[in-house]
Amino acid sequence: MNAFSRWFGRYALWIYSILAFVFLLIPIAYTIVFSFNDSRRSNIVWRGFTLDNWTQVCNSQGVCEAFANSLVVGVVATILATILGTMIAIALVRFRFPFRNSTTLLLFLPMATPEVVLGAGLAAEFLTAGVQKGVVTVILAHTMFCISFVVVTVRARVASLDPALEEAGRDLYASPAQVFVRVTFPLLLPGIIAAALLSFALSFDDFIITNFNSGAFVTFPKYVYTAAARGIPAEANVIASAVFVIAIVFVVTSQVSSAAKRKRLAKQG
Amino acid sequence: MAFGAFGGTIAAPAEPAVRKRSRVALFLLLPGILYLALFFLAPLLSLVITSFQAPVEFGDIGQYQTAFRWENYTTVIGTYAPHILRSFVFAATATVAALLFSFPLAYFIGVTLRRFPLAQALALTLVIAPFFISFLLRTLAWKQLLSDESWFVSALHGLQLLPPGSHVTGTAFSVIFGLTYNFIPFMTLPIYTSLEKLDLRYVEAGGDLYASPASTFFRITVPLAAPGIISGALLTFIPAAGDYINASRDFLGGTDTAMIGNVIEANFLVLQNYPAAAALSLILMVAILIPVSVYVVRSGTDDLL
Repeated sequence: MNAFSRWFGRYALWIYSILAFVFLLIPIAYTIVFSFNDSRRSNIVWRGFTLDNWTQVCNSQGVCEAFANSLVVGVVATILATILGTMIAIALVRFRFPFRNSTTLLLFLPMATPEVVLGAGLAAEFLTAGVQKGVVTVILAHTMFCISFVVVTVRARVASLDPALEEAGRDLYASPAQVFVRVTFPLLLPGIIAAALLSFALSFDDFIITNFNSGAFVTFPKYVYTAAARGIPAEANVIASAVFVIAIVFVVTSQVSSAAKRKRLAKQG
Repeated sequence: MAFGAFGGTIAAPAEPAVRKRSRVALFLLLPGILYLALFFLAPLLSLVITSFQAPVEFGDIGQYQTAFRWENYTTVIGTYAPHILRSFVFAATATVAALLFSFPLAYFIGVTLRRFPLAQALALTLVIAPFFISFLLRTLAWKQLLSDESWFVSALHGLQLLPPGSHVTGTAFSVIFGLTYNFIPFMTLPIYTSLEKLDLRYVEAGGDLYASPASTFFRITVPLAAPGIISGALLTFIPAAGDYINASRDFLGGTDTAMIGNVIEANFLVLQNYPAAAALSLILMVAILIPVSVYVVRSGTDDLL
C-alpha cells in the first residue's frame, strides 16, 4: 500500500503539473489560433484559416500606430529606468550612506502600491500642474514604475560580483573610470540586460497606469481596451502573437545556451 | 529578499569593499531618488490634497478648489462600501485559489525537476509564458472561452451542471477566475524559490520519525515554504485588489461585479469627480499598506529588495 501510494503520489504530481501547464497556455493558444481567423469585423467565431491578418497587419485602423507608440514608450522608458536604476543598485551594494533604510523603502513602495493608485496619483499631479497628457506623461509614468524592478535585478548582479576582479584592475594601475568601463560594467552587463528586458516587458504590457496618463495618446494595450467594446480585430492578435513568439524564442534560446555552458564548465571542472 | 525573489536568483551578498566616498554615492543615488520623489511621492501628496477638494461654486464639471472636506471620505465610503468590500473578497479568494493552484506546481518544478536544470528552466518559462502575451488579450480569450456559445459552457448546460439560462461570464465567479489566472505566476515563482532550496532531508526525517505524509507536509514542508507563500500572497493580492480589467463589463465582469479600481477609473476618467477618485485611491492604498507594513517590519528593510 505504501509503495502504491508513493507511486501514485509521484505520478499524480506529474499529471497535475502537465494539466496546470496546459491550463496556463489555453488563452495563449486561443489568441494565436484566432490571429489566423478569416474574420470580418469581430473576431469571435471561427470562420476559416487565412494568412491575410499576418501579411496585411497594418490594414486594420490604428493597430500599427498603437504598436509603434508602445515600442517608442517602451524603449525610452527602459533606457531611462535602466540608467537610473543601475546607478541606485550600485550605490546600494557598494556604499554605506545615511537614510539607507528610507531609500530601500522608497524603492520598495512603488512595487507594493496598486497600479490604479500610481496611475490616479500621477494623473492628479499632472492635472494640478496643468501638464497636458500625452506621450511624455506616459513615458514619465512608465519610467517611474520600472526603476524599482531594475534596482532589484541589477542589485543581485552587483552583490554577486567578486570585488577581487576590480582590485586586480586597480593593482594594474587602471584609473577608477577605466576599472568601471573595462571591468565592472562588462561584468554587470548580463544583469543590466535582464533588467532592461524586464522594464520593456512591463512597459509594453501596462494598461492601468497608461490609461490614467495618456489622454488621446494610444498604446497597444489601450487600443485593445478601446476595441474590446466593439470587437477586437484579428490584427491585434497578430501583434500579440508575434511579440509572444519573439519573447519565448529569446528566453528559451538563452536558457538552452546557458545550460550548454554549464555542462561545458562541469566537464572541464 | 522575498519580493526580490521575483527578480531572479540573489546570491548572498559577499561583503564588498565598502568605500566611504559619499560624494560618489550621492551622485549615483540622487537622480533616481529625485525621480521617485517627483513621480511617486509627489503624486501621493497630490492625491491627499485632491481628496479634500471641494467643487468650485457655479463652476463646470471637473473644477475643484483646495479645501478641507472630510465629507469626501464619508461620502465615498457610504456610496462605494459594496465595491470596497467586493474588491477585498474577490482579491482574497483569488489569492487563496492561486495558492492552491500554485503550490503543487511549484513543488513539482522546485523539487521533482530538481535534477534536470534545463527542464526546470523551461517549466519556469511556461509559468511566466502568460506574461508574454498581452494581459488584455489573454483576459478576452477567457471571455470567449467561457461565453455562452463556447463548447465548454454548452457542454455544462447540456449535462445540466449549470442552471438553465445562467451564464459564466459577467459573474463574480468569472471575475475571480480571471484574477486568479492573471496573477498565478506571481504566486508560483516565489513559492518555487522557497521550495527550490528545500532540504529534502528534513522531509525524510519527518517520515523516519513516523509522521504521516500529511503531518510531514503541514509541519515541515509548508513552514519551510512560508516566506515564498507570504510574498506570493502579497504579490497576488495587491494587483488583484486594485485591478479593474477583469471586473470590467467588456471583459469578465457584469453589472454587479465592479471593484474599487472600476469606481476609481469611472470617477477619475469619466465623471471627473477627482476628489472621490483620490479618496478611494487613498483608502485602497492604506488598506494595502497594513499587510505590507506587517511584512516590512517582520522582514526588515534590508531584505526588501
